[in-house]
Amino acid sequence: MRGPTPSQTVGPFFSMALGGAGDEKITPDDDPDRIVIEGIVFDGDRRHVEDALLELWQADRTGRYRHPDDWPGSGFAGFGRAHTDFASGRYSFQTVKPGPVPHPGGDEQAPHVSLIIQARGMLNPLFTRVYFADETPANGRDVVLGLVPVDRRHTLIAELIGAAVPPQYHFDVRLQGEGETVFFDF
Amino acid sequence: MLRPYGPVVRDDHPPFSYPDYRATVKRAPRSDLVSILQTLSETTGPGPGWSEVSEEDSDLTSNAGTGAAAIGERIIVTGRVSDEMGRGIPRTLIEIWQANAAGRYVHWRDTEFDAPLDPNFLGVGRCITDEQGDYRFVTIKPGAYPWRNHFNAWRPAHIHFSLMGPSLGSRLVSQMYFPDDPLLDHDPIYTSVPAHARERLLARYDRAVTEEAWALGYRWDIVLRGSAATPGEDGEG
Ligand SMILES: [Fe+3]
Repeated sequence: MRGPTPSQTVGPFFSMALGGAGDEKITPDDDPDRIVIEGIVFDGDRRHVEDALLELWQADRTGRYRHPDDWPGSGFAGFGRAHTDFASGRYSFQTVKPGPVPHPGGDEQAPHVSLIIQARGMLNPLFTRVYFADETPANGRDVVLGLVPVDRRHTLIAELIGAAVPPQYHFDVRLQGEGETVFFDF
Repeated sequence: MLRPYGPVVRDDHPPFSYPDYRATVKRAPRSDLVSILQTLSETTGPGPGWSEVSEEDSDLTSNAGTGAAAIGERIIVTGRVSDEMGRGIPRTLIEIWQANAAGRYVHWRDTEFDAPLDPNFLGVGRCITDEQGDYRFVTIKPGAYPWRNHFNAWRPAHIHFSLMGPSLGSRLVSQMYFPDDPLLDHDPIYTSVPAHARERLLARYDRAVTEEAWALGYRWDIVLRGSAATPGEDGEG
């Protein structure tokens, strides 16, 4: 066994290397199934985080991951990067809602996307999941959500905002304090 | 395939909150992480196919594309990316970024340090590991630079590394440092790492990598999370 290389912060200048314009679009503008997932990242003082990196990983609309362990033939990359806006802390992804993916226990997981969050002042990445408010029955059966204390589950559920086209889901990330987003260890 | 990756050993990594590095204090979660079983969502990941990489991307002394060489001490940085069992990880994306020889980044926010920019140096590179998991960059040794964390705070020379790895759980962002840098022990980003694991962030001078009359060579091997049997090995004994 060899010890893993320790994590370090991405620092304030990661955007010169990680992700360019367009990396937040996981599906093109002409995809009729496209949705927007957007929100603001906040710190423990309720101030917006002006320099966060968010990476999104998800299955395609049928619930398959483009990966050798699942379905490498999926034409949908399933990965994107977004930076928060310096002035507002807002990020946004354009993607599709993923289909359900299996859970090792035999159940089907509710549609969700995984997020990796990093920033200056974060020495390790944080992992969370975005679920969708309009999937209530599936969310109620989801094994992973079931592991989350009931009073914190809402931090993982993106609200559908208005009747915009494309549909717009709002998901804020609270790194610390009141309403702190649930982060996972696995 | 219930647990293809062993659990994260937190002691191999910095804590979330490390007050000597002030910015961590308000950006660290206070609640415990919620442990979950690994599912396909965690054991898969974007892999190498996500980003197009060309041969020129790994030479930071020339990839600004101006036709002129970047200024500074030319170095070679190479190593192997492997898992915790020492198995090389082929075809994984590595992205790096760094300051120039004077300690300045090509970034709109890097304005306080009055050091020159080099029109022939972008400070950004990437490559994909080969079949053995090996990578190689040619670059300029970055300069130290000041930051406002505390009085007279200077970051030791470092190169930022981002590795995709084979799955969501193996995602790693780290920093490579140079041996014998007197600034290391004063740098809270470096010392946030538990003492037993700090040396894993240090490249070492390697005479075999060094090229005669051209560039000093450094070796930095990177170990990504992953230790249990890979799928397929279980049944093959
Ligand atoms: Fe830096």
